[in-house]
Amino acid sequence: MPLPDAERALADLADRMRGAVAFDAKFVGIYSGGAWVAQRLAQMIPGEHMLGYIDVSFYRDDFNRTGLKPALKRTEISFPVDGATIVLVDDVLYTGRSVRAAINELFDYGRPARIELAVLVDRGGRELPIEPTYAGARLAVAENISLALARAGDGALSFSAETSASKAADA
Amino acid sequence: MADVKIEIRNGRIVDPKHGVDRVATLYVAAGKVAAIGAAPAGWSPTRTIDAKGLVVAPGLVDLSARLREPGFEYKATLESEMLAAVAGGVTSLACPPDTDPPLDEPGLVEMLKHRARSLNQAHVYPVGALTVGLKGVELTEMGELAEAGCIAFSQSEAPLVDTQVLLRAMQYASTFGYRVWLRPQDPHLGRGGVAHDAEVATRLGLAAIPASAETIALATIFALVRETGASVHVCRLSTADGVAMVAAAKKSGLAVTCDVAVHHLHLCDNDIGWFDALCRLVPPLRGTRDRAALRAGLADGTIDAVCSDHSPVDDDAKQVPFAEAEPGATGLELLLPLTLKWAAENKVGLPDALARITARPAAILGLDTGHLGPGQPADICIFDPQQSWTVIPSALASQGKNTPFLGLELAGRVRCTLVAGQVVHED
Amino acid sequence: MRNPQLDAEGRLVHLLTLEGLPAEVIVRILDAAVPFASISERDVKKVPLLRGRSVFNLFFENSTRTRTTFEIAAKRLSADVINLNIGASSTSKGETLLDTVDNLTAMNADMFVVRHAESGAPHLIAAHLNRTGRSHVHVVNAGDGRHAHPTQGLLDLFTIRHYKHDFRRLTVAIVGDVLHSRVARSLIHGLTTLGTPEVRVVGPKTLLPTAVQAMGVQVHHDMRSGIAGCDVVVMLRLQNERMKGALLPSAGEFFKHYGLTPGKLALAKPDAIVMHPGPMNRGVEIDSAVADGARSVILPQVTFGIAVRMAVMSMLAGG
Repeated sequence: MPLPDAERALADLADRMRGAVAFDAKFVGIYSGGAWVAQRLAQMIPGEHMLGYIDVSFYRDDFNRTGLKPALKRTEISFPVDGATIVLVDDVLYTGRSVRAAINELFDYGRPARIELAVLVDRGGRELPIEPTYAGARLAVAENISLALARAGDGALSFSAETSASKAADA
Repeated sequence: MADVKIEIRNGRIVDPKHGVDRVATLYVAAGKVAAIGAAPAGWSPTRTIDAKGLVVAPGLVDLSARLREPGFEYKATLESEMLAAVAGGVTSLACPPDTDPPLDEPGLVEMLKHRARSLNQAHVYPVGALTVGLKGVELTEMGELAEAGCIAFSQSEAPLVDTQVLLRAMQYASTFGYRVWLRPQDPHLGRGGVAHDAEVATRLGLAAIPASAETIALATIFALVRETGASVHVCRLSTADGVAMVAAAKKSGLAVTCDVAVHHLHLCDNDIGWFDALCRLVPPLRGTRDRAALRAGLADGTIDAVCSDHSPVDDDAKQVPFAEAEPGATGLELLLPLTLKWAAENKVGLPDALARITARPAAILGLDTGHLGPGQPADICIFDPQQSWTVIPSALASQGKNTPFLGLELAGRVRCTLVAGQVVHED
Repeated sequence: MRNPQLDAEGRLVHLLTLEGLPAEVIVRILDAAVPFASISERDVKKVPLLRGRSVFNLFFENSTRTRTTFEIAAKRLSADVINLNIGASSTSKGETLLDTVDNLTAMNADMFVVRHAESGAPHLIAAHLNRTGRSHVHVVNAGDGRHAHPTQGLLDLFTIRHYKHDFRRLTVAIVGDVLHSRVARSLIHGLTTLGTPEVRVVGPKTLLPTAVQAMGVQVHHDMRSGIAGCDVVVMLRLQNERMKGALLPSAGEFFKHYGLTPGKLALAKPDAIVMHPGPMNRGVEIDSAVADGARSVILPQVTFGIAVRMAVMSMLAGG
């Protein structure tokens, strides 16, 4: 299966969002890939797009099975969530569970006016009724392959794929 | 009974007192040792025991075994503990006075002796209370208690705070030639302590008992012995400095004897691990240096005898935080294998090892037992020094399953015990 | 002997003591506490990690402060919290310690936070749970006798790391009644495990335990030399009972020799921090001017304590 071109998908995603997102929409990226994408989008899309970052570790639904992740990051939301228009940004949309966790976490900060979802790649395989508002690329990926976004020293984004014996991790 | 004749064949007969160590046949008749080697005239045995490959020794003499009667029957009874004694090859034992009520009345002593006799197992020699109620204030009627059967007088672990009373007790006892058995523990130092005062207690945050609690008490005891001429036996040494003091005292001509508990020959404070209450003992398990001195002291004769200090404790009393646990370990059935283990590790020959649990404790008790001279009552322990067994609760006849050796394999299994020529235990 | 706090795969299943915990485990707990600290700054101070779990605070020794911080930590993780104050001796009420534990486990307890006056009580409970096939029920030691107070040790380490960053360059002094202090013992284990080159204990001979050097510390009886050049000064609480046990003549004399005053603090490094596990005896071990002064981090310790306890409970409860 050919790997998706991350920079191409990013350009397509930005095209779809330009003119469609609110001028003052906040871009909240889900660590780590979503955070990188959110930062690039903020540069590429005109408007006042404050950045925020979410670590969904404390809201995941698989804590009982897998425990705390080793490398936790701090959620940083420095703007008021009450009444805000927020675009949640993630690199890969798969089962939808990470987005569910991120939405729950956002609501613990306040009551947003609206939440939209922007993803670099939608790989299908949804287990929850969640759809992206904006997607860079859509493709079908086999269950046992996990897609990961990487960022090079110069900031260039690229995808890598890993095959495993069982189903890839939820995203 | 008079016509019971038992032939114990081809065992290695070891009688330390008479210097006997040879493979031969031992003949028992009318409850006594009739002959060794050649059969008596007209011999026709009613029973033969094949002792090939086994050791035939005098029945063991244990200087301290708590039978828990009267008063502590929920921990153990005379029946179970007497069974445990003969299962361990012990045919004579001394029990301390810390029963409930304490053994300070002749009636209690008589009842205990009567109960024990009726079970037809090991001989029980009660140690009477030195002071009334063990309270350390008034002297007991030692004359009456001696007549009832007490072979010595002690405070067991109860403190005797008033040295004036201790002096007078020793003077009184020595007037009549009664033996006084004393634990060397200062009543104030280490009061409330539960572990040896060193690194382990510091790390585990346990209240500690310094070695000086023993050495200061020893100094007091020796000074009073010099003054009164009392016949004193020191119970349960635990420190290296204590062993050195006993050696110096003996060298200077002081007639004292002393013993060590068998668990202290093998364990030290490190064995407490993560608060294992099975290692909660009195005196406490001390350091490696102390253990080494106890092992060497028993080997070179500074320490005269080793005892089990048998103290059955019910499970509930050990399944509590360390400092709240009742101290003590079960020991009657471990005295022999643990003594053999000490002997093997310290290169002590079998006759010398056995002397410390037969002839020497008998001498301390002032009894003509612990040996196999002709005409002696046939108190015999037949055991296999090579046979290993695992220390698990079901392998112990005692109601006390509380030993730090649970789960471990030990060598030395009693196969048959005879008391007064009767077989009272067979494996 | 295997550390009863770790399972066969080396995962933390109980937190009983910092002694014998590998450095990686300690660091993992400290790292996990960082995001938990920021939860406390939000309006909604809860995360759903322990939702549906029952945490039982089993306090055999009274302590409103410690119990409250554990309660807050557990509730911020959305756990159900049940408080049991069992008083000094459970056996006097007829039920043994382990019977109480068995009864509560039968009520589907997931975690016990245990404080007991006797050293070794949490180990006894953890061993009992392991032995009876219930090692999924976790034990957190909230202080046992003089032995250990691991969550306090961890929050002290967290505090030191927050202000001083690298343990391997620090000199730390622990001052006061080390003999009776589980806080001191836990902190000493934590500091030595994380590579602190110089850990000092400072106090009179009556208040320092025998052979304490074996724990990896230097002994000072003179506070001036004990504090000289320190990066961190930890003051321990002095209890009134110590005067009765012939360990000290008076609180006044203790303060004279070992109380932390601005004058004595000046002997430490200019940027040294002052810590205290609380509650403080002002004028006995610490002068108010120091306790309320710029170098004191005593109040941040309390805040960090909640985050650290949230981290510990989450790590234990995770699959």
